Amino acid sequence: MTALTQVLSAIEPIVGSRWIRRGRAELETYSSDGLPTLHARPGAAVLPGSRDEVIRIVRALAQYHVPFVARGAGTGLSGGALAQADALLIILTRLTRILQIDPRNRRATVEPGVVNVRLSNAAAPFGLHYAPDPSSQTACTLGGNVAENAGGPHCVKYGVTTNHILALEVVLPDGDVVQLGSPGGDPWGPDLVGLFVGSEGMLGIATRITVRLTPLPTAVRTLLADFNTLRAAGEAVSAIIAAGVVPAALEMMDRNCVGVVESSIYAAGYPTDAAAVLLVELDGMEDDAVADVARAVAALLADHGARTIRTASDEADRQRLWQGRKKAFGALGRLSPDLVVQDAVVPRSTLPDVLDRIAAIGDRYGLTVSNVFHAGDGNLHPNITFDRSDPDQRHRVERASVEIMEACIAAGGTITGEHGVGRDKLRYMPALFDANTLGAMRAVRRVFDPEERCNPGKVIPIHACREWTTAKRTIT
Amino acid sequence: MLGSAVRVDATADGIPRATPRHEEECALLLHHANAEGWTVAVQGSGAWAAPRPAALVIATTGLDGLSDVSPADLVATVRAGTTWRRLQQELGDHGMWLAIDPPGSDRTVGSVTATGTAGPLRSGFGQVREHILGLTIVTGDGKVVRTGGRVVKNVAGYDLAKLVTGSFGAFGIVTELHLRLRTVPRADQTLVGRGVRDELLDAALAIAEGGVPPAALELLSPGATGGDGWRLAVRLLGTDGDVEAGRNDVCRRAGIALADTSAMESAALWRGAAARAVDGQVTVRLGGLPEGLAATLDLVAHHLDDTVEDWMSATVPAGTVRWTGDARIEDLNLLRRLAAEREIPLTVERAPWETLERLGHFGAYREGVGRLVRGLCDVFDPGAVLRAPVGAT
Repeated sequence: MTALTQVLSAIEPIVGSRWIRRGRAELETYSSDGLPTLHARPGAAVLPGSRDEVIRIVRALAQYHVPFVARGAGTGLSGGALAQADALLIILTRLTRILQIDPRNRRATVEPGVVNVRLSNAAAPFGLHYAPDPSSQTACTLGGNVAENAGGPHCVKYGVTTNHILALEVVLPDGDVVQLGSPGGDPWGPDLVGLFVGSEGMLGIATRITVRLTPLPTAVRTLLADFNTLRAAGEAVSAIIAAGVVPAALEMMDRNCVGVVESSIYAAGYPTDAAAVLLVELDGMEDDAVADVARAVAALLADHGARTIRTASDEADRQRLWQGRKKAFGALGRLSPDLVVQDAVVPRSTLPDVLDRIAAIGDRYGLTVSNVFHAGDGNLHPNITFDRSDPDQRHRVERASVEIMEACIAAGGTITGEHGVGRDKLRYMPALFDANTLGAMRAVRRVFDPEERCNPGKVIPIHACREWTTAKRTIT
Repeated sequence: MLGSAVRVDATADGIPRATPRHEEECALLLHHANAEGWTVAVQGSGAWAAPRPAALVIATTGLDGLSDVSPADLVATVRAGTTWRRLQQELGDHGMWLAIDPPGSDRTVGSVTATGTAGPLRSGFGQVREHILGLTIVTGDGKVVRTGGRVVKNVAGYDLAKLVTGSFGAFGIVTELHLRLRTVPRADQTLVGRGVRDELLDAALAIAEGGVPPAALELLSPGATGGDGWRLAVRLLGTDGDVEAGRNDVCRRAGIALADTSAMESAALWRGAAARAVDGQVTVRLGGLPEGLAATLDLVAHHLDDTVEDWMSATVPAGTVRWTGDARIEDLNLLRRLAAEREIPLTVERAPWETLERLGHFGAYREGVGRLVRGLCDVFDPGAVLRAPVGAT
């Protein structure tokens, strides 16, 4: 009997057999996340119904030394929630309670399975929202957002997940439960909340999450500008940032992307002959002040060669402009059987050069690269559409992806801004971090998880780590 | 042994002091200290932390200067021994600034990072950690670890910069940082209200309940302003339109009179309050909720400052209170315990070594957390060379 089989017998009385999945067919559902290129079928999956069940499951796993992976909605884009055949997948989508909304202190406490947008909807009657808004916000869970330190279009102004997490309850891999952070967000010691957010599920499972809520802006202006060249659009982005404007969102889409969106059911009225369009949103509490900034931004856009600048006339028009952006990935997905959504960040001033380089790489490999991304953060999403059943295409996509990452690193950038390293980007980590730094990360992980059972095989390329001597033991 | 490159002298207490000029020299020094079993104290400009006993002092003042400022990216790379004043001056030459106004004056960037001490601007711009994109540390045994980067969004690898920021040097000596900048706002206006403490606090809470918090919304004790009563200071930053709109909103909500100040008056107010934050040997921070501020202030007054003469400052939207004065260890200990019962962490930001050694910067760990902190100290300081008093010994 394998350790996994043994632990499943221990777990069955905790959750009941109807919440355990063991069959090949039913496990196939969980064999990939939002990234189509990686697959792994977990040994089994369990869907606990409460925090207490999660704790008891993790304790049973510790007893039998079985690896495990926590999973939310499975919308991740780095293969971060994949589990191997020897591991148990713990699916947290039944933990959906919003435990508290405290409008006076602008905070809320939720369970990890709460879907991102549901919290914002629940906070809206108080004039508040949860600011980080990944494109998948109607599906992704806050537990997953914490694990990945998720971003979104409005993070250029409001910050990413880590800037909004005040406290966490975490089940450590040995089954101990710890409270990190305090109700107001000040730490009790070194900032373990900051360490946990973005650790991609390798330090434990967050069972309660306390977040900061942000006032909903009462004044908004949304502008759409289009350009003859990607370079001009990139320069306009740099000019807006350097002028000290803090846009609520600053998004770019290139010609390929616009063409796909406009020929889909999500058509937003973007000009299809433009090389690039910029979507700029400005918000605040006073309409006059926001209108002033919008005028200044429009002038900057015009100075940098915008052909037309359109301002959303009303909320319906604004939603239409945003729909094209938010549904771009969906529209791209319809274009060809498979889609690789890449994610990298470069210094904003290098955007024009890097976009040129990415276009050249796409041309060289005969691939269609569509860019739709958070330009205000320098956070690129070069997307490659392809057909996985063609080995030659697969190979070219692979090569082009590597070269795109290399180009971003060479520009002083990083390999992921919001999708995480997961399994997909393990190979790039040594290009970004030296053996000491990778060794430190691994040693930190082993403080929380000495057996390395919690989401094994992600983020840290173990072969590239320096051996790390700690006070009490040697980690090899 | 250390080579002729490293400048070595002695402190006033007669402890040998090395002043490395490069990160490699710093690494070499710590490597040797670890091998020899020396304890090391880290010293910046000496304007904040009290001296502590050690076999060797490493001064970071030789690790100074801005390595890179990129106005187009709003990012700067700065060495940790750079003074705050120099940093802001040089950034100002580029029309940039770092939106942190730490307590104290003439401190180094490394000191502000190690202690995580944000000032009144925390209301509008968050904690110190929010401004740090990446950093380099040299661990207690001399390994160089580089985390984060020069981009404003980055999820590659664990966020060790968050762990290091505010850890009081437990995990190594910070040598260099990548910082998130902002452009210098065109308008900068401070409004001041005077009155009794709780009336001002109510006004502040009413302002905070409005829209976006002002850049600063600070309740200052007489000891903090050098004046004769409590003040509520509201700082508005942005375009002329932003500031005008903010002023209207703040005045409408406050329900008390708020007076405009001139640029000179407001600079003196904020700078004075920061400088007086070291008028006393001990500084503590209590992190609660905005709604609980009256109770937190009462708690501090009752246990540390009966006569309300000390330096005290509350960052209203953050719910935090900072106090500076002189206190007995027993009183601090009792206050920490009572605060912990209300789920309010008390951090000893600075104190004489005898006090720190007994109390620790932290020291009210929740169940199970102490062992994690100990484990992390073992990773980054295996020979207990730095042995920062983070309550994990």
